[in-house]
Amino acid sequence: MENIKLHYDVDSNDFSCAGEASGKIKKALKDLGFDASLIRNVAIAVYEGEINMVIHAEGGVIDAEISPEKVTVVLKDKGPGIPDIEQAMTEGFSTAPENVRALGFGAGMGLPNIKKYSDTMHIDTEIGVGTTITLTFNF
Amino acid sequence: MKENLFHSVRMDWDKCVGCMNCIKHCPTEAIRVRNGKANIIKEKCIDCGKCIAVCPHKAKYAQRESLENVKNFKYKIALPAPSLYGQFNNLDDVNYVLSGLKQLGFDEVFEVSRAAEVVSHATRKKLKENKTGKPLISSACPAVVRLITVSYPTLIPQLLDINAPMEIAAIMARKEAMEKTGFKNEEIGVFFITPCPAKITAIRNPLTLDEPVIDGAVAIKDIYPALVHEMGKLSKNESLLEDLQQSGRIGVSWSTSGGESAALLCDNYLAADGIENVKTILDEVEDGKLDSMEFIELNSCTCGCVGGSLTAENPFIAKRRLQMLRKYLPVSCIKYTDEEPESDKLDWEKAPQANNIMRLADNIFDAMRIMGEINDLEAKLPKLDCGTCGAPSCKALAEDIVRGFAGIHDCMFLTRNEYAKSNDPEAEMFREILPAPFRKHEEE
Repeated sequence: MENIKLHYDVDSNDFSCAGEASGKIKKALKDLGFDASLIRNVAIAVYEGEINMVIHAEGGVIDAEISPEKVTVVLKDKGPGIPDIEQAMTEGFSTAPENVRALGFGAGMGLPNIKKYSDTMHIDTEIGVGTTITLTFNF
Repeated sequence: MKENLFHSVRMDWDKCVGCMNCIKHCPTEAIRVRNGKANIIKEKCIDCGKCIAVCPHKAKYAQRESLENVKNFKYKIALPAPSLYGQFNNLDDVNYVLSGLKQLGFDEVFEVSRAAEVVSHATRKKLKENKTGKPLISSACPAVVRLITVSYPTLIPQLLDINAPMEIAAIMARKEAMEKTGFKNEEIGVFFITPCPAKITAIRNPLTLDEPVIDGAVAIKDIYPALVHEMGKLSKNESLLEDLQQSGRIGVSWSTSGGESAALLCDNYLAADGIENVKTILDEVEDGKLDSMEFIELNSCTCGCVGGSLTAENPFIAKRRLQMLRKYLPVSCIKYTDEEPESDKLDWEKAPQANNIMRLADNIFDAMRIMGEINDLEAKLPKLDCGTCGAPSCKALAEDIVRGFAGIHDCMFLTRNEYAKSNDPEAEMFREILPAPFRKHEEE
C-alpha cells in the first residue's frame, strides 16, 4: 500500500490563508480515522509552522506523508534562516515584527509548540537560504 | 426505516428538477443528484434546513404537523419558540401572540423562553463548576449537535449536558397540566411551534433524552397567517386577551445569536451563527485554539433561530423586531436562588452518539487505500466542482466512484474529452469548440 502524500503552497503575508494546509492535513487524518489526540498534535504543530512561514519567510511549501505508522511533515521555506536555533527554541523569544504581534501572533511560542506537539523535530537552516523543518508524529 | 435515521427534511420529487443548488450548499455534503432528482444521504444529513432555504423550486420540505392533527388530544399545549415573537411588526405585548395561540385551539401555552431562563440559570452553575480548562459548547441547536456527532465527535464531551429549552418546556408544561387538570399523560398533547426542521427531528428522535417528550411540531410559517388573524381580532376585543407571559429578556433573547451567552453574565464567550461559521469555530475548538474561552454558543442558522427555514420573516428583520420588543419585557421571570429551579429533569439522560459516517473505512489500512484511490481519481477530474455529475465537488465524485456509487463517466467533461479524441466524424466539432472553462485565456 502506498503512503498518502499531500502538498500545499503557503502564501506570504496572507494571514487569512494561514491554517489552510494544517486544516486540510487534519481533514485527511480525520477521514482516515486516526486517533483524535494525534490529529490534534499534527494540526497544532503544522499550524504553528504555517504561521512561522507567513511571518518570517514569505511563504513556502508543506509536504505531508501519511503512513499507517506515522505522519511526516516537511515545512520548507526560502526565508532568512534562523541565526540561533537554541535562542529561537526559547519560550517567549520572538523576532516577529510589531505589526504581527499586534495581530496576536509572535508570542515566541511557535517553535517550542512545534517541538512540544511533535515526536521528532529536525531543523535544517542556513542564513539567507532558508529553513526546512521535518516533523514526525508516531502512532 | 430505522428510527435513528428519521429526518424531517424531505424531498418533493415532483418539484425537484435535479439542479445543483442544494448539493452545493449542504454543509455535510449529504445530497447527490441521481436520475434527475436530488437524493439525501440519510446517514450524513443533520436536518439543518439549508437545502430547504436554497431550493429555488421548493422541492425540499420539512415533515410537520398541521393544526388539524393537534386536535386529536383532549388537552393541547403550545410551546412557542421565542423566535415566533420576531415575526410580528410593532409587537409590544407577547400576550397577543400567546392569547392568539389559545384562540387557535390550544388549551394552554407554555413559552419555551420560560424554560430557557431555567437553562440559563443551570448553565451559569455548570460554568462555575467546569474545571476542564476547555470551553463548554451550547447544545441548544440540534443541527449543531448533529454536526458535532458527524464531523467533530471528539467535542461531544464539551457539549453543555443540559437538555434543550424546548424539551424542558415540554416536561414542565406537561407536569403542570397534569396537576392542574387531572388529565392523564397520554391525553395531553404538547406541540412545539418551530422555526426549523432540525428541532422537528430532535423531537421525534431526541439526542439526549431516552424517550420523546413532545408530541409534534407546527411550523411558524404555517401557523403565522391564522395567528396574525387572531391577533388582529384580539386587538379589537381585548376582553379575550389573557396574561400568559412568563418569561423576560433573558429567555426571549435565546431566539437570536448571542442571546444564550448574554444570559450567562460572563463576557468570555463566543457566539457564532450560520453553519459555515459554526464549522470554522468547531475546527478551532478541536485544535484547542479557543481553550481560553468559557462558553461557545453556536447556531446553525443566520442570526440564530430567527433564521430558521420554517420562519415567516427575514432573520435580520425578525432580530430587529425582537430588539424593539425588549423594552416591554421584564429582565427575567424566574427567581434566581441557590435552590434548584422549577424543573427536575434538566440534565441529559444520555450523551449524543458519535457517528463515524465521514470516515473512509473502519480501519486505517483500508482507509488509506481508499484515500489513495480517491486522490488518484481526483487528479484526473477537471477541478471545476461544477456539480453536473450530481456530486458537490470533484473530490466528492472521486469518493463516490471509489465507493461504487458513481462512475468516471458521470463527469461530463471527462466523457466529452474522451469522445472528442474518438474517430467519430461528429467529434470534430468537440475538438474545435471547448467548453468555456477550458478555453485558453487570451491576453489583452
